[in-house]
Amino acid sequence: MDLTLDGLTVVTDGRALVRELSLRVSSGQVVGLVGPNGSGKSTALRCVYRALRPTSGVVRVGADDLADLSARRGAQLVAALTQDGMVELDFTVEEVVALGRAPHLRGAQALGRRERELCARALEQLGIAHLARRGILGLSGGERQRVLVARALVQEPRILVLDEPTNHLDLRHQIELLSFLRGAGLTVLVVLHDLNLAAAACDRLAVLSEGRLVRSGTPAEVLTAELVEGVFGVRAEVVAHPLTGDPQLLYALTDTGKRPAPLPRSLTS
Amino acid sequence: MTVLEAAAPPLSRRRAGLGLVCVALGALLVLSVVVAIGLGAAVVPPGDTARYLWSAVTGGRIDAGEVTTYQIVWQIRTPRVLLAALVGAGLGAVGVAVQALVRNALADPFVLGVSSGASVGAVAVTVSGGLAAFGIYAVSAGAFLGALAASVLVFLVSASRGALAPLRLVLTGVALSFGFQALMSVLIYFGPDNEATSSVLYWTLGGFGAAQWGSLPVVAAVVALGLFVLLRQARSLDLLALGDESAASLGLDADRRRRLLLVLVSLVTGVLVAVSGAIAFVGLIVPHLVRMVVGATHRRVLAVAPLAGAVFMVWADLVARTLVAPRELPLGVITALVGVPVFLTLLRRKGYVFGGR
Repeated sequence: MDLTLDGLTVVTDGRALVRELSLRVSSGQVVGLVGPNGSGKSTALRCVYRALRPTSGVVRVGADDLADLSARRGAQLVAALTQDGMVELDFTVEEVVALGRAPHLRGAQALGRRERELCARALEQLGIAHLARRGILGLSGGERQRVLVARALVQEPRILVLDEPTNHLDLRHQIELLSFLRGAGLTVLVVLHDLNLAAAACDRLAVLSEGRLVRSGTPAEVLTAELVEGVFGVRAEVVAHPLTGDPQLLYALTDTGKRPAPLPRSLTS
Repeated sequence: MTVLEAAAPPLSRRRAGLGLVCVALGALLVLSVVVAIGLGAAVVPPGDTARYLWSAVTGGRIDAGEVTTYQIVWQIRTPRVLLAALVGAGLGAVGVAVQALVRNALADPFVLGVSSGASVGAVAVTVSGGLAAFGIYAVSAGAFLGALAASVLVFLVSASRGALAPLRLVLTGVALSFGFQALMSVLIYFGPDNEATSSVLYWTLGGFGAAQWGSLPVVAAVVALGLFVLLRQARSLDLLALGDESAASLGLDADRRRRLLLVLVSLVTGVLVAVSGAIAFVGLIVPHLVRMVVGATHRRVLAVAPLAGAVFMVWADLVARTLVAPRELPLGVITALVGVPVFLTLLRRKGYVFGGR
């Protein structure tokens, strides 16, 4: 199922966080949303999982305008890994994962046999079955992150959006998670900070700066030294990955280049 | 598939315990009610108590010599103990809901300024002699209206900038409570007599001395309605506890659901405060204690908390009216005596976390 953002604009307190963002994630594609802090990545995602209503513009899932679907229907199609603050109650891991079925259940309806199997399978897939009865407040950040991915899978969505899912994950779990996303067969829109990881994991990248889309395309098209310096203010060397050919950035701490002042005209297409 | 089926574990280790806990608490509640009805200035053996209750319910006969005792049991103690059970059940359940709704471990049913609002309403009626149309229920009606007015005010102030953020709600409730207390002090200061002072003491510490059969049906209906809705919304409470972002991604409009449920718990709390005053600690402690036994999932917590609250309240009331008999201690004193140490112990316990380690 395609995910389309069309002219998405979000204005809060007179400040435009996202401006006229148009983006298309084709069915089964993994698209990475990258950009500096405060460039509007999370805001754009929040419109997709309906934590935020766009000021103007449309989010489409398949052919439907998301705003026309009920909250439940929307959550049956789109699952999200959010940047929520702390959970206060000590739910067990399996209880949290089971809540992924919430959009499919009515009222006090209990989980059926198939749904319990679904939960067990998700716990297995994420390698957290041994934590099933543990309280989430006692988990490490990485374990908790994997619990949330399992919850999103149990939701059986067609589209998955993730806000910095590799936060708190060690290198191995970062790679495992991203290769898992690639193989999940879902339409994925993911916010990532690590550009090298993004280049390796995503079919396409979309670069945001100050709420605008400044470039999108394959990682090789997007990740150029000029763009990285213009958008992130970091001078970097772009090399091809010796094994995969993906563009990878090399940078030195001593040579950060100038701050990203106003964007060069050539980039704000 | 067969491998998966074999691997699918029962969803929770605590599920088996739930029925047992409920049955045990239910039996304990019945026992406590009978014992509490029997005890007091005149002690009635549990066997006789049960017999009187049975006669009253089935319309049986009582010996002429027992009529006085029967009157004490049926007309005075029974409504009082039943009211205690109902209010305890209501406060327990509402406490669970409020803590999830505002995502705060320290929240209790009175967090929206309901108790101080009710006190203002009750004192205003006492001082002014208003609401005379309600007869003996005038003060209760005043307390209820005060409670509602307080909740509405807290809603309006905290919602003035769009979404009803939990923390802003709590802080607004706290701030306005101070305002209501000041208002109450003014009413007492300029009030005509001591009546206002004793009225305030009653509303702020709570008690079941005014219990009558007449008000029980309303309280029972409101508590039942509250429990019914909350149990149906148990999963929504789980989602709200996860945070608004997660709730949205799981198909719940957190802000809207929170508003609806806050209106419900405000109504229930308003009624409870109107009939018994603001009984502290029950709505704060019971949810925590119950979570320690059955876990955090609201379906289970909400099944157990009303029973636990009812049992606790029946015993607290019994202690309040028998400890220094014939005088009666304010109920809030007893609940605080039990509640404070329990709460402090809870905070020190390792296995229980609410709000991180």
